[in-house]
Amino acid sequence: MLIDIILLLGGAVLVGVFGILIALFLMGVDRIVTARMQARIGPPLSQPLTDIRKLFTKENVVPANAIPLLFNLAPVIALASAITILLYIPVGGFPPVLSGGGDLILVMYLLTLPALALVAGGFSSGSPYATVGAQREMVTMIAYEFPLAVVIIAIAWKLAVSGIPLPFMLASVQANPVWGLVGPLGIIGVLILFFVLLIVTPAELSRIPFDTPEAETELAGGVLVEYSGKNLALFTLTQGVKTVVMASLVVALFIPYRLSAIILAPVILQPVLDLLFYLVLVVLVAFIAVSLIRVSMARFRINQVVSVYWMYISLIGIAGMLLIMADHILGVV
Amino acid sequence: MNGDTTKKSTPYTIPIGPVHPALKEPVMFTFQMEGEVVRSVDFAPGNTHRGIEWMGMRRNPVQIVHLTDRICGICGIVHSLSFARAVEQIAEIEVPPRADYIRTILHELERMQSHILWAGVAAHELGFDSLLFLAWRVREQSMDLIENLTGNRVNYGIVQIGGVRRDISDDQRPVIEQGLAYYRGLIDQMKTVFLDDSTIRMRCRGHGLLSYRDAQLLCAIGPTARASGVAMDVRHDYPYCAYGDLDVHPVLPPQEFGGPQGDVYDRIIVRLLEIAQSIDIIQQCLDSMPAGEILWEKKLPKLLSILKKAQGEAIGRVEAPRGECMHYVRMDGNEAPATWKVKASSYSNLMSWIPMLKGEQLADVPIIVASIDPCMSCTDRVTIIRNGAADNLTKEELTRLSREKTRRLSRC
Repeated sequence: MLIDIILLLGGAVLVGVFGILIALFLMGVDRIVTARMQARIGPPLSQPLTDIRKLFTKENVVPANAIPLLFNLAPVIALASAITILLYIPVGGFPPVLSGGGDLILVMYLLTLPALALVAGGFSSGSPYATVGAQREMVTMIAYEFPLAVVIIAIAWKLAVSGIPLPFMLASVQANPVWGLVGPLGIIGVLILFFVLLIVTPAELSRIPFDTPEAETELAGGVLVEYSGKNLALFTLTQGVKTVVMASLVVALFIPYRLSAIILAPVILQPVLDLLFYLVLVVLVAFIAVSLIRVSMARFRINQVVSVYWMYISLIGIAGMLLIMADHILGVV
Repeated sequence: MNGDTTKKSTPYTIPIGPVHPALKEPVMFTFQMEGEVVRSVDFAPGNTHRGIEWMGMRRNPVQIVHLTDRICGICGIVHSLSFARAVEQIAEIEVPPRADYIRTILHELERMQSHILWAGVAAHELGFDSLLFLAWRVREQSMDLIENLTGNRVNYGIVQIGGVRRDISDDQRPVIEQGLAYYRGLIDQMKTVFLDDSTIRMRCRGHGLLSYRDAQLLCAIGPTARASGVAMDVRHDYPYCAYGDLDVHPVLPPQEFGGPQGDVYDRIIVRLLEIAQSIDIIQQCLDSMPAGEILWEKKLPKLLSILKKAQGEAIGRVEAPRGECMHYVRMDGNEAPATWKVKASSYSNLMSWIPMLKGEQLADVPIIVASIDPCMSCTDRVTIIRNGAADNLTKEELTRLSREKTRRLSRC
């Protein structure tokens, strides 16, 4: 019993450190790749680490009209909840640390926590820019939640009707790649859902074109405008860890393959192989969902964010779900 | 988004400025907001007053020409040309034709780099940073050309009273031709990138509207007015330098884009088309450039002694990239001018912000503010200080002061 708890704690710390390291790595890759696509050289890969280290040495300014408790608590909650999600998602080719305790529904709820902490921090910082930014963050959250739910439910439903027990468990999703369960029509449906999840990712991460809550040019950083020093460092790390979370979620739902299952390798090398394969996949997903979309679009207005998600992306997601359902019904008949 | 408007019946205030990422130069905006929508807006310039006119009134015209270069970082030629033309009219100096053509070429190169710079800024205000970097990269070619012709990237110091200080040699012609070819090959690509992008169209079409009537009532000028359908261009209406010999027409948003509608999108169209027009004008200049002198008087002491004797008043008008720029100069037989008044082009365009911004969303404020290409350091001519703090003048005080100034001017 005690050993279990120690193992669990050790795993949690390990995943936390690992998550932050991958987060810094992804942020560095994103900055370099974006720079290259914009005909710039870009910073070295270690730049995010340097930035965070610098932020930790800076003064932590709390505005006079802020609510200090909430203002200082929000970044801690945000980072903690982001790392908590990592405990439920398979990271680095290993099964999730808390594999027995939670499922996709919990992950969906946990995903809103960092955003809610951001909103609370924004409202408590007492700046008009942060207030507008926090309102926009809430609206964005409401907007992308529905397509995200559609994707998760469609996949879990497919697993359920295929007779797999506990369809919402990430371990079952991981063990049974959805591509193998569907027919040709369903593959189109899964592809559509894959696309929808990739489009939801930039909004979840407040990146262009859905970075309206931070909107540098009109809100000067929006929700984060009053944050500095340690608190800003924590929020920046949260953004990075959320990138890892979303990329891992995409990988877990749609590319749950292991290299060790395909290539024969010595047992000791297998985890290394899996880890490398996972890193490649995560970088690839982050590249498409974050960097590529970011360099090729302008920022949306908040009403356009809502209409894009509620109208187009939701409809596309539902179409994908219907295709999977039709595929299943046809297959059964 | 607008859910809390019933609770908060009174609009809330959002200040933007004097220093804010939406603004490239300091100006203070106060927005009365209702949810995300701008109900009313007020703005207060006057944060970058540098007393350039005061400095100029203590110098002779040849010195002032180089001071005018520094009024604006982008429109070096515009201000020096405008001032030089005012002084040339007073002293009845006839500029050699070759100098006129060189002035025109540099004037148009400056317009090109200014418009490309603006296009990059506009992309950034829309959150489209890739376009910013790409636009500013292609801008380098025009900066290199200007450096090749004048020796400087900014503050060119090329215009002199009575001509220009450097000739365009035969070696430099192929360099210009090469630069023009580069932009000719690029202009279609730029149009595609800016005008066919759906996110740019979504953000700009139908936003920041300035009607034809408002543009005329508020005396808007330059691309801001032309995007609203006002066919007005000093180069065409009141030709100066070599423009009388050239084929120049005001650029209006063409029918293929739905004609002039007066929105932000139209302002992008007008500026992009003006880049193409500038290429064409420079080509015309190169083709028909006459030979001859480039200065009316080479010896500075002689020029200065002639300027010292000059008496009278004149207005130098120039079509800057942002619209008409005007320098009023009055000389009374002294070394320094009796009066020097600079009216930068942005001065006439600022008021069009009010109708443009009303009813728009907060998200569109940066691009609408940037869409008139404001140049605050050109515009700011006065700051009122009373009891050690900045203050405002009322309409009555302004009327009284302007009457006093007119009386003072008519005496000298």
